[in-house]
Parts: sequence; structure tokens; C-alpha cells
Amino acid sequence: MDYREFEQTAANIRVGIVKAIHAAGSGHPGGSLSAADIVTALYFREMKIDPKNPKMEGRDKFILSKGHAGPVQYAALAERGYFPKIDILQLRKLGNQFQGHPNMDKIPGVEMSTGSLGHGISVAGGMAMANKMDAKNGRIYVLLGDGELQEGLVWEAVMSAAHYKLDNLVAIVDWNGLQIDGKNDDVMKVSPVGEKFTAFGWNVLNIDGHSFEEIFKAFEDAKDCKEKPTAIVAKTFKGRGVSFMEDNPNWHGKAPNDDELAQAIRELGGEW
Amino acid sequence: MADKMATRQAYGQVLAELGSKYESLVVMDADLSKSTMTADFKAVFPERFFNMGIAEQNLYGAAAGLALSGKIVCASTFAMFASGRAFEIIRNSIGYTKANVKICATHAGITVGEDGASHQTFEDLALMRTIPGMTVINPSDGVSAKQLIRQAVAFNGPAYVRLGRAAVPVFYDEQADIKIGKANCVRQGKDVTVIATGIMVSEAMIAAEKLAEDNIDVRVIDMHTIKPIDINIIVKAATETKGIVTAEEHSVIGGLGAAVAEVVTTHLPCKIAMVGQQDTFGESGKPEELKVKYGMTAKEIILAVKQISANS
Repeated sequence: MDYREFEQTAANIRVGIVKAIHAAGSGHPGGSLSAADIVTALYFREMKIDPKNPKMEGRDKFILSKGHAGPVQYAALAERGYFPKIDILQLRKLGNQFQGHPNMDKIPGVEMSTGSLGHGISVAGGMAMANKMDAKNGRIYVLLGDGELQEGLVWEAVMSAAHYKLDNLVAIVDWNGLQIDGKNDDVMKVSPVGEKFTAFGWNVLNIDGHSFEEIFKAFEDAKDCKEKPTAIVAKTFKGRGVSFMEDNPNWHGKAPNDDELAQAIRELGGEW
Repeated sequence: MADKMATRQAYGQVLAELGSKYESLVVMDADLSKSTMTADFKAVFPERFFNMGIAEQNLYGAAAGLALSGKIVCASTFAMFASGRAFEIIRNSIGYTKANVKICATHAGITVGEDGASHQTFEDLALMRTIPGMTVINPSDGVSAKQLIRQAVAFNGPAYVRLGRAAVPVFYDEQADIKIGKANCVRQGKDVTVIATGIMVSEAMIAAEKLAEDNIDVRVIDMHTIKPIDINIIVKAATETKGIVTAEEHSVIGGLGAAVAEVVTTHLPCKIAMVGQQDTFGESGKPEELKVKYGMTAKEIILAVKQISANS
């Protein structure tokens, strides 16, 4: 199957990310770019959502547990038509809706205010429980960072999701291998990731997080799995798409300057 | 003061009642349902009860998720672990999102008793009242606990309800007019005002009776809502009486005493004396013994009232 359309959309979203962070003068490009393909797959094909009716009954929900990657969510929602793209250039500015980390009261399409790591998957579990209680079909997708897995709350939530058989919950780990102070496994060993989820009773799928074919197939496989939540461990590269940011922990939380922005946009080839 | 009842017992009873009234009411616990009394709800509505295991952070994170999906959630554990261990979850995922979660926390204060210092929280009111939009309630007896919990469940938004382990005298009658945010003057008086909260209200009543024998006429206010605090009744007390004694089963730092002092210093400075836990940890013992040792009885209230009365 041809995924060029999604690749182009992801490139557009990546351009939005670097432009917004450049305009803000601060932010987290590395972990936003690594997640761009996963987030594109969710917002542009996988999820039942309606930009004209963000609170649509029975919709699927996406929670950005790694809230510092807010720009990828903002750029994706803008690309999807929730609000004009130009709006996200107000990122991190005083009085603006695009906070440094997402706020659900200020942005249509944002289901949960995140930023403090580990909260998103815990809240997502509660949302999945509510959908089960009400026999709603909506699925809950939650994106976690790999460094985020060092938070104890993540594993409390992982345990309870398996206990309550939340097969309507999909956790995607954006496994780019890097966090602020360096490589995950140097800072605090998180691997093996998949085996941990397996041990807690989850269905685990290991994929290339930059392959739309593998991302879409994983979402389908997750739906086929009953009585277990699914963890998609997606191998990604931090800063994906921008040569000087790629796989470089220094670009975890730093804004590009004018020249770096121009180069990033050229390399990404996105339309914005 | 005939009957005695722990406020947690009142909680269990009112939950079972509210489950019929609200189909969307969900109750959650962290492996303490027989102590917090949420087991009373579980017995009637098992499909709407979730035990989250010994994991208080996830208890409140998942509670937020259920609430943001349209449920009314009462989520319970001991006050120490609700307000302390899960503080940042409550702050960011319940407070910041205005989620409709009622944090009904039991076993607060020194009257936890034998379990000792690790389980006796004197910080919870202070912690919870700093969260924007958090309603903070500390009922003084079983009757008011039921009324206040019914009201807390009826409004949309986060609330912290502080409940106790030990049985305490019931002094309100069922028809008493008790409203969140409106303190109750439970004894009229013109000399000194005692503003008490939780189990210290009945201690204040004992103190007032004793002081009457010395011709000191004490007003007693039940400040069951710590936030939003009833400013009018405090200012009125500061205006009409010689000073205020606050009494709480909580640290004198950051709780009721501090909240009253904030109001008084802003509106009408007056003398204040604070009865409560004096910046120290507790220990094991019987609740009544601990109240005496750590200075949270009628005796300390009497001393404080006399001091204010003499110095003015």
C-alpha cells in the first residue's frame, strides 16, 4: 500500500513543530519529531474523531502522556483542521491557548491536560474504565515517552489496566532512547520495555515507529486482542527528519535559531 | 451529646444512599475499603466500585479519567496517602482539570491512634487548600458529614473531605441547616470566639460550658468548610468579640488557624491563639491519650480563651 499521503502529512506536521518552537524560543523538538508519524497515523486514519465536533459522543481519545511533546499534538490538530495552523506560532506566549504543555480547557481536541509525566496513562486507564462501564466503543490511545517509563505511576497504571482487562486501551511508547541527561539506559535503565509490559499482562507489539505500514498494522492487531490492553513499543529516532537534531539528546529541549529553522524546513520538505 | 459515630461511618452510609440517587456515581479505593467504609457502597453497587490496590497515585489518576468521562467519583484512602503521597496527581490531574472527583480521605489526624506517626496526617488541610478551585471540607460529626458529603457530590468539581477514624459525639440534629462554605455558629457568646473544625468542635463546646462557670461567654463556630472559608462569620467574630481561638486536629501551620489568620489580617486584625498539633510528629497510643499529650482537648482551648480574655 502507498503511504506517501501520510508521509507528506507527517512532514507538514514536523514543519509546524519546528516553526512553533522557533517562534516560541523554547520547547521540545526532539521528542515531538520522534512521535510525528505515530501521531499522524492516529489523527489522520486510526481515530474516530470530528474536528467540527471535538466532543463527539463515542469518539476515540488521544492522551499525550509525554506532554512536553505538545507541539506535535498542536501541529497535528491544526493540520487536521481543529484550528488555523498559524495559531500555533503563539506557542508558549503569555495569554495564549498553546501552553508549554497541553491544556484541555484551552485547546479543542485535547482530551487531557498533561505535562507531569506518568499522569496521562493513569488518566487514560480511567477513561478506558468509563467506556467499558458505559459500553462505549471509543478507544483510548496514550503516547508515552521512554524516559517517562521511569515514573512509578506508569507501572501502577499498567498493573491496573491489565487487572481491569482494558482491551480498549492502547499505550504507544515512543522509544527514541534518549532523555534530557543522555541515553535512557545510562540515566536509568528502562529496557527491556516490551518484556516489562508482557510481565504485567499486556499484549505487546514491537514496531518501527516511523513505518506507517507497521503503525497501522499494530493498531489493527491491538483491536483483535481481547481482554488485554496493548502496548506498542515503537522504535523511533529523536529529532527524526532534521539531520542535525536526529538522535541527539541536545535537541531534547532547545529551540532552533533562524538558520537552523531554514535548514530544518528544507530537509523536511513539508508544506505549511 | 448522646450518640457517637465516626465521620467515616457516616460516609459509608451516605454513599450507599447516594448510589441510588446518582447512576453515574463511582466509588474507588486503595485496599482500605473496610476502613474507609467504601465497602458499604461496594456491597450494594459492586459494578460501580473499583479497588485500585495499594497504589494511591493511580487511584487519583484513574479517578480523574473516570470523572472526565462523565462520572461522579468518590475516591478514598487514608488522608495521609491521599493528600500526601498523591498530592501532585491531585494537583495536576484533578485540580488543574477541575475533574469531578471527591477525595474522601479518612483516618485523618491524631485520632488514628495506635498506627502512629506514619499514618497521622496534620498537613492535609494545608496541602489541599493551596490547590486552586479545591473545596476543602472537615465535618465535625456524623450528621454534618452526611449533609456535607451529599452537597459535595451534588456539585461539579473537585473537593477534599476530611474524615476521622474514631467515633465522635453527634451534636447536630438531622434538620440542622449545614451548607458548604457557610460556617455554623453552634453557641452564641460575646467575649471570645472559638473557631473549631472537625472533632475539635465538640471539644470547643465542652470548653465553652466550663468557661461559662467563670463568667466567660464563648462563641463557638463550626468551620466545617476550610475553603472557601466563611469570611463574614470570621470578620463578625473579630468585630464583636475580644479575640479568636482556632482549634483543629491538624498542624497549626497552614490549616484552619492559618486560614482564619489570613482573613483577619486582611480584614480586621485581632488577637488569635491556635490550638492544634504544634509542629511535631505524633506517635502510637489511644486516641484520647494522644489528644491529651499533643494538646488538642478542651483544656488547651480553655487556656487559650483565658489568655485572650485576660490580655484584652
